[in-house]
This record gives sequence, C-alpha cells and structure tokens, in this order.
Amino acid sequence: MAVTSPTVTPPTVASRASFKWLEGFPTIPVLILLTIAFVALFAELLAPYDPQVGTLSLRYRPPFWQTGGSMAHLLGTDHVGRDELSRLIFGARVSMIVGITAVMVAGTIGTVLGILSGYLGGWVDQVIMRIADAWLALPALTFAIFLAAIVGPSEFNIVIILGAVYWTRYARVIRGEVLSLKQREFVRLAVVAGCPKHVIMWRHILPNVINSAVVLGTLMLGVVIVTEAALSFLGVGVPPPKPAWGLMMSDGKQGLMVGHWWLTVLPGLCIMLMVLSANLLGDWLRVKLDPQLRQL
Amino acid sequence: MKQYITRRVGYSLLSLFLLSLTIFLFVRVTGDPTTLLLEPGASEEDIVNMRHQFGLDQPLWVQYGLFVKSFLTGDFGNSFYYRSPVVDLYFERLPNSLLLASVAMVLSLLIGIPSGVLAAVRVGGFWDSAGKVFTLLGLSLPSFFIGLVLILFFTVYLGWLPSSGAGTAAHLIMPAFTLGWYFAAAHMRLTRSSMLEVLGSEYVKLARLKGLPEAMVIGKHAFKNALIPVITLAGINLVVMINVAVVVETVFAWPGIGRLLYEGISFRDFPVVQAVVVIGGSMIIVVNLLVDILYALIDPRIRLES
Repeated sequence: MAVTSPTVTPPTVASRASFKWLEGFPTIPVLILLTIAFVALFAELLAPYDPQVGTLSLRYRPPFWQTGGSMAHLLGTDHVGRDELSRLIFGARVSMIVGITAVMVAGTIGTVLGILSGYLGGWVDQVIMRIADAWLALPALTFAIFLAAIVGPSEFNIVIILGAVYWTRYARVIRGEVLSLKQREFVRLAVVAGCPKHVIMWRHILPNVINSAVVLGTLMLGVVIVTEAALSFLGVGVPPPKPAWGLMMSDGKQGLMVGHWWLTVLPGLCIMLMVLSANLLGDWLRVKLDPQLRQL
Repeated sequence: MKQYITRRVGYSLLSLFLLSLTIFLFVRVTGDPTTLLLEPGASEEDIVNMRHQFGLDQPLWVQYGLFVKSFLTGDFGNSFYYRSPVVDLYFERLPNSLLLASVAMVLSLLIGIPSGVLAAVRVGGFWDSAGKVFTLLGLSLPSFFIGLVLILFFTVYLGWLPSSGAGTAAHLIMPAFTLGWYFAAAHMRLTRSSMLEVLGSEYVKLARLKGLPEAMVIGKHAFKNALIPVITLAGINLVVMINVAVVVETVFAWPGIGRLLYEGISFRDFPVVQAVVVIGGSMIIVVNLLVDILYALIDPRIRLES
C-alpha cells in the first residue's frame, strides 16, 4: 500500500497547482482596478469635455436620468458648469498617479531604512527606529495635513508628504524580515566569503524582501488614496482646478444642502471602489505571496 | 523591571524631543506669519515690531529653547489670530472633542464587540462573512464620504438632523457615527481574533468538558478574557480619536480640537498648530508608554525579553 508509485502525470500536478494558487483570486476588484487604470491612461480620449473648463450658464445640471438632465452631460455638471463625467475620468488619473508614486516613495524610503536598520544594527538601528517611533506617535492624517499646509498644495508635494508619513510601516516590517534573513546560511556564507556589507544588503537581502514590499505596497495603496482624498478635501492636497476626487467632493459640499447629490456621491463612490479593490487585492496577495506576513 | 521602565521612559522622552523638534522646524520654515497678520501696506517699522513681539527675530535655536521651555511650563504662547492664549483655546475646545470621542467610542464598542463575538462563535458562517464585509467597508470608506452621505440623507432629504454645529444631542449623532464607524470595524476585528484565541484555550475546553451550556462558556468564561485586549485598544483609541477627528470635525463644523487645528493651518497660526500637534502627539506617546508599562507589570515575559 505504502509503496504504490504515484500515477499522476506532472502536467496535471502543475495545472492543478497553478489553479490552486489562483484560488480566491479577487476577479472583480482586479477588473475594477484595471478599468480605473485604463480610464486614467486614456483620459483624453474618453472624456467628452475639458475637465477644467466649464460653462457657467450650464451649472448644476443633474445626471441624465433626472429631470433637467441631458445626454450632453451624462453625469451632470458642477458649480461652475464643468462636466462631472470628464472630471471623474481625469480624477482617476490624479488618484492613480499620486497613489502609485506615493507608495513607491514610501516603499523606497522604508525598504532602504529597514534594510540598513535591520542589517547594520547597533546605533544605526537605534537612530532609525527611534525616529520611526517618533513619527508613528503622530496620527498619520494630522501629520500629513500639517506638512501639506506648510509646504503648500501641489501633486508633487502630496507624493513627498505621503511618502514621508507612511515609510515607517515599511521600515518596521522590512527590518523584522531582515533580522531573520541575517541568520540564514546564505547571508552567513556571504559574510565568511568576505562580501562587503553594501553588496550583501543589495544582492542578498534586498531581493528577499521585495515580496513583502510589494504586498505592503498594495495594502498601502488604499490608505494612501484615502489620505490624498482627505487632504484634497480639506483644501491642502491637489490644488484646484485640477480634478481630484477628494477636491470634487469638497466643491460639491456647497451644492449638497440644496440636493445636488451627484457632486459628492459620485466621486465618493469612485474613491470607495478604488480603495476597496486595492484592499481586497492586497489581502489576497498577502495570504498568497507571504506566509510570514499573514501572522502579523 | 526598573531597568525596563527606565529604558521605556527614555525612549518616550526621545520621541517627544524628535517630535517637538520636527514640528518646530517645519512650522518655522513655512514663512513669516507677520505678513499674514499685517495689512499689505504695513510699514517696515510695524513688521519689525510685530516680529519682535512674537519673538521671531531671535535665532532659531533660541526660539526652539523658548518653545520647549514654554511647552514644559504649559504655556504655548498666544494665538496670532485670536490674540488669546493657545492653552485657553485648546481647553475651550477639548470638552467638545472629548464628548465627540466618547460617544463615538461607545457607539464603536456597541457595534464592534457584539458583532466580533458573533463572528468568532460562528466562524465561516453568515455573521462572519457579514462581519468581514463590514470591516472591509469600515476600513475602506473615507470618513468624509460617510459624513456627507449622512448629511445628504438625514439633513437634506429627511430633515431630521442638523448638518453642522454643536449644542444638542441631535448635533452629536452624525459626527459620532462617522467617527465611530472606522473604529467599530477595528474593534470588531480585534474582538473576533481575541475571542477565537480564547475559545481555543484549555480552560474553555475544560469548561465545555464539565458540561457547561455553550452560552455560559462563551458569555462567562471566554468573553471576559477576550475583552481585555479590546478594552486596552479602546483606551488608546480614545486618545487617537481626539486627534484624528479633524476631517469629521471639518465636515460637521464641530468645534473641537481637530477644527482648531484646521483653522490654525488655514490662518497660518503657528502657536495653535504647534500646540495641537505637540499636545496630541505627547498624549499618544504617554498613553503608549503607560500601556507598555502596564503590560510589563502584568506579563513578566515582556520585561525579560530584552
């Protein structure tokens, strides 16, 4: 009984394995994210109007299915008569660009500092981790608002601020990973072989923490987009007249009291869909790619 | 133990120093506040006088020294905009923030704990899935979106609740719900995992073995112990809530600390911004320190670890 040879052919195993790997794949969230990315990429072709130019005589037109709405402006117009649909389309671009670059900035700072901190140890570790602690002591949003108010609103500044605020989460997780990698044979062998420290960190440690960095990045995307939207909403984020979803909601607030719901609800739904999708994808990736992170 | 506490306190002091230094430097590099306070045509002499009055003509390190000294003596200077002591402004707004945070906390616990227990007791069941959706929504929805949708329904369409201001219980409902929503999700998630851990422990198995009814096992034995981490988190979160309410307070024009910070930033009111961020950050550092010490007192493994 125990010695029966396996009759399963390799291709079957492989295909079953790959199928299993895709188990629970978040199809709808990925489709949503791809759609948003597509819209962001081809905004010029898709948007029916210029998102920054409005016609004052056409202000506060409701979406087409409501009385007073027309097919000319499918999702209505805002307080200065700009086409809501076009602004939502270009808003996708702002969110995507700010979100992805901010995550990359945070990820780069955090990963580099995390590796330095974890591998070098000693006073370097102490200094980096103390600064990270002090950083974490501030509520992220308050700190971001504070920095944004100081450096002034612009997309570039937002990216830098979000990177500066969120690098600590990366640094902590990556440092933990590096601490355990340091004890592994291949790193010890590299040390014995006389490999210089920067080469070990770059060639041996970095490739092994990239997985975690990517997973964290996906999870972070949602947080970063919500923060950007909140900053724009408070008027310290993306400057007007640029179409950012958070800013559009803030503008729409004026019209909300008289029932112009589409100006706040539609951008809000866009933010929600994007963040929700990023979180679902991140959760799935975390479980699949990184069994170590799962326990965190 | 003594060594552990000393080191932990030392770290906290270091955090406080870095915090105050960062804030001080950032606030000072933003520009000259006198230009905002004086009328465009103000004479050179007026500007010099005003700079002197606010101590802005001193070297940076002297200004930082003065800042820390006044911080330690509880004097945060006068607001540029309101021309009254910042501490007074802060304490004038604090009760409002505390009220909002407390009500939001009660709401979040009332939603979070029962749903967390329900999800843990029926793992993989309907309530668990519903709970997962709720947690995901709680952590994904921006609070200003929830706030504005609430205003749309309860103020604009139904006309039941006031959309802004403070004073009556009706003013409190929407801001408290908006603020509590996110934390309800966090509390639910922790209750669920904590409850699952306790339910798998030996003494719960024993309680079951000796034939206690399931309701008794869950309600009396498991629930009490599962609640400990949740209450700790709630304690920390109450302090966090006071400090993250800036968006909610802006949406509902709630006169709390968050709005004070927002106003301070809009008016470039240095002392106000400094005070709000420093006091908020210090509160969180101190609460974290207290929690760490408390844990070390309860659990020897923590203090022996390093």
